[in-house]
Amino acid sequence: MTIRFDDPNRPNSYIGRTVPRPNAGRLVAGRGRYVDDITLPRMVHVAFVRSPHAHARIGAIETGEAETLKGVLRVFTGRDLAEVCTPWEGKLLHLEGMKTPPQHPLALDRACWVGEPVVAVVGRTRADAEAGAALVEVEFEPLPVVTDIRTALDPDTPVLHEALGDNLCFRKANEKGEVDRIFAEAHKVVEASFKTARHTGVTLEPRVILVDWNAGDGEMTAHVSNQAPHMLQLLLAGHLDIPESRVRVVCGDVGGSFGVKVHVYPDEVATAAIAKIMERPVKFTSDRMEAFIGDIHARDHEATGRIALDESGKILGFDVDDWTGIGPYSIYPRTSAVEGLQVTNLIGGPYVFDHYRCRTSVVFQNKGICAQYRAVGHPVAVAITEGLVDKAAAEMGIDPIELRRRNLIADDAYPLTTAAGLKLEGLSHHRSLDALVEAMDYEALRAEQKALREKGIHRGIGIASFIELTNPSPFMYGIGGARISAQDGCTVRMDPDGSVVALTGITEQGQGTEAIMAQIVAEAVGVSPQMVRIVTGDTRVTPFGGGTWASRGAGIGGEAALQAGRAVRGQALEVAASMLQAKAGDLDIRDGIVVDAATGEERMALSEVGRVVYFRGDTLPKGLPRELMQTRHFITSNYPYAFTNGVQASYVEVDVETGFVKLLKHWCVEDCGRIINPLLVDEQIRGGIVQGIGAALFEEICYDGEGQILNGTMADYLVPMSGEMPDMIIRHVETPTEESELGAKGAGEAGTAGAPAAVMNAINDAIRPLGGSVTHMPFTPERILRALGTITD
Amino acid sequence: MKASIGGYTRAETVSHALSLLAEANGAGRLLAGGQSLIAALNLGTTSGDMLIDIAGIGALRGARIDGNRLIIGALTRHADIASDPLIAEHAPLLAKAAPLVAHDAIRNRGTIGGSLAYADPAAEYPACAIALDATIILEGPNGTRQVAAQDFFLGLFETARADDEILAAIAVPMAADGERHVIREAARRSGDYALAGLAVVRRDGRHRIGAFALGDRPLLCEGAMAALDGGDIDGAVAALATDVDPTSDTQASAAYRRHLAGVLLRRIAIDLGVG
Repeated sequence: MTIRFDDPNRPNSYIGRTVPRPNAGRLVAGRGRYVDDITLPRMVHVAFVRSPHAHARIGAIETGEAETLKGVLRVFTGRDLAEVCTPWEGKLLHLEGMKTPPQHPLALDRACWVGEPVVAVVGRTRADAEAGAALVEVEFEPLPVVTDIRTALDPDTPVLHEALGDNLCFRKANEKGEVDRIFAEAHKVVEASFKTARHTGVTLEPRVILVDWNAGDGEMTAHVSNQAPHMLQLLLAGHLDIPESRVRVVCGDVGGSFGVKVHVYPDEVATAAIAKIMERPVKFTSDRMEAFIGDIHARDHEATGRIALDESGKILGFDVDDWTGIGPYSIYPRTSAVEGLQVTNLIGGPYVFDHYRCRTSVVFQNKGICAQYRAVGHPVAVAITEGLVDKAAAEMGIDPIELRRRNLIADDAYPLTTAAGLKLEGLSHHRSLDALVEAMDYEALRAEQKALREKGIHRGIGIASFIELTNPSPFMYGIGGARISAQDGCTVRMDPDGSVVALTGITEQGQGTEAIMAQIVAEAVGVSPQMVRIVTGDTRVTPFGGGTWASRGAGIGGEAALQAGRAVRGQALEVAASMLQAKAGDLDIRDGIVVDAATGEERMALSEVGRVVYFRGDTLPKGLPRELMQTRHFITSNYPYAFTNGVQASYVEVDVETGFVKLLKHWCVEDCGRIINPLLVDEQIRGGIVQGIGAALFEEICYDGEGQILNGTMADYLVPMSGEMPDMIIRHVETPTEESELGAKGAGEAGTAGAPAAVMNAINDAIRPLGGSVTHMPFTPERILRALGTITD
Repeated sequence: MKASIGGYTRAETVSHALSLLAEANGAGRLLAGGQSLIAALNLGTTSGDMLIDIAGIGALRGARIDGNRLIIGALTRHADIASDPLIAEHAPLLAKAAPLVAHDAIRNRGTIGGSLAYADPAAEYPACAIALDATIILEGPNGTRQVAAQDFFLGLFETARADDEILAAIAVPMAADGERHVIREAARRSGDYALAGLAVVRRDGRHRIGAFALGDRPLLCEGAMAALDGGDIDGAVAALATDVDPTSDTQASAAYRRHLAGVLLRRIAIDLGVG
């Protein structure tokens, strides 16, 4: 039996509907349970002495005064922890030539960025631990620093890690066709340089970990605010020499993650190592200042790009040279090369062309570690691509919508492999663009823009088409040797009263995973979502899975839930058929009742099936299968990734005297395949757009030439806030993936992928008549006035 | 980071607070709305302070008329400044400035006295006080002292208030008929500290301009004031560029802030119908 998704009147039609979120009530009532809410008997707190230098040799460490302070229990240096914890290297085998040095939970000989943990102080309270940390004296001998990306490989730049020979972590060129010849001969070549600013995820709840080591059982339990509990389970087990089955990672409520919480952090591993040494629960709660210097950063890219077109405006090729600085270490275990790698994959993604070259150079520097953050690499690639496309449209005098229509991959051209080598199953660029033009009333908006221009009001319209990588297969990490699972699983159990518990490897970060899982399982079994309890984030009980990243929860975890739910339904019907002397195929389960599938006549409540299976199994035929608990796992196999697509538009007004940008409206048409919960998808898109707007207008971590961070608080690192956000109109096209019955792709990153480019293009559309353009994010008022030549000194 | 303080006492009256300040031997810190001090404690930029909580001293709250002056108690909160009809009528500049101060949550707690005493050069009230030609009223062990706003702000977070004094009130000349008050600022996000701001009072055809976020203290822009008095907008903008002395930070360069000040002044001139 297949689900007739196109029939909204089908029984149990929960997939595709906006239903209440089962966990929202708890959170709104203040009954969420975040890691910092947990207090365990004998629990102590750890605070870290962090390097004040971007690069320094670590000399003598004087801990005596701290150790004698009342309330301080122990002080640990890097050497102390190195005895119980092995170092790690964030490398993937398939990323040829990649280099990164071993990294320890606490720096051993050198500190390599401002904020690197050097000494850990354990106290009865956090205040005690901090007071102790203030008394630790570390002899730092400052060393030359590497900060600039473009000169990192110059011969006169100091080499950050001597053993590696140079400051190159990874370099990759993706090339197809005859780029040099095409660009030499093309009718039109347009060039530009781009910068995306280093920024960070700024989760509402900071990173928190509470680890207990039960020496009696030889078992570690880590409560942690994290996106990938099974990954962390294996890594803690591996580095602390514990069997994997004896490490339990529990992720309860998580207050936002955005990729920040999918990595291994030295302070978190140190906390686990200390718990093992002290044989008691140890908690580390990052505060906001630590978050800015301790959480991963991202998007520190500089690129130059060219696009070649023929007379008709047909795109012939792209040629991009991307550089990115990733701090002193490649992140573990995903590596810091993936962002640059995605840029080499995603440039030109929505378009048809034959000639392609994109190289990324990933370099080390003495700043915070950069790694995967929501829409990894996408905003960079989309900004470069769409910045070039819009610039070409302007220079050729072609309307930007029209230029895209001429070049977007046709909706009936799939499956196909792009010049960059991406295998695409099925996208809807043209239908999406048509829907966008209609939603924004493009022609009317252009007319309004023209009329206002005559009154000295400078408005601009920016368009950005994009593709988004979702539902990754093992081609992303597994083939590189990383123990990061691309498959996921779900166990569905029917309790005696007919209600259902589902345990999934996908995790909840506040984005609504539990809601969509409840919808899927409800429809699959045939009960209402209120009868489904979802359990996430506990490696002791949930099926082994990858967790939440790369927009994989709905597509991969959702399919596992669908299949597990249907398997339970099948078992329940088999038992019911036996009891009713009917054929299972003639029965259905609707709203918790076994019914005659043809007539809908009620035959038996599920609770009766439960009662008989669990308490009166003697009345069923011997040998009748009766497992009302089923587990299914799912992995994609036809395509390395399920790409989605979409297009965004931004409408802005630029105050050309002050350089301030007012966001008037934003549109996104997006195709994430089967939509499970329309409201949650819309909010994913909106939230993503807001983070993309942050990149475009506000967010930038500033370092000086000595590697000192200049704006590590919420007062001077500007996150996008509601007051400045425009209304957002979201529309959908649905092209389900045929890899799964559910047909869902991911929706978590589309908003972030396209918004910066749309805003950039809108600003440039507004100021182009005045002779300026901006391509270095964020587009601060000052940068806009400098582009206009208003400020020159 | 956990705040680290030396102690906490709740003062019942101004004289009680003064004696607590004296006892604290220089370590005393007055806690009013706490919107800057608590943040500083949590950032670890100050520690060991003997906090003297004056928030409960009713005598320091609210506005009243005294002769031709409006006296606004130091503990009057931003939200009250924005909504008090007396302030709206007699010191409209302050009523217009209050909504520009941060966000509702901060305006419900933060006080005008705290803002004036803290003397953040990017804050609105200090520049308003200068533009209004207001007087700062200080209570100390030797009684009351009145300091012209212009003489009160000495530098970055530095004022003429002595360690043993409490900023008790601000006295503002009551607005005359036809007097005009305008405040404009440019901030990246609603509620942020301004990148540049100007508070302007036109009294009897003469202008007083207080600049904020354009120097190490609120600045009285005398060159621009003189030009504006003469109806010379271009001259006023040119003079303003030398009246102010902005610094560069991660948000904006000095050059941009200086430019922004000129744009704000032109817009204020239009608001005032000058030129």
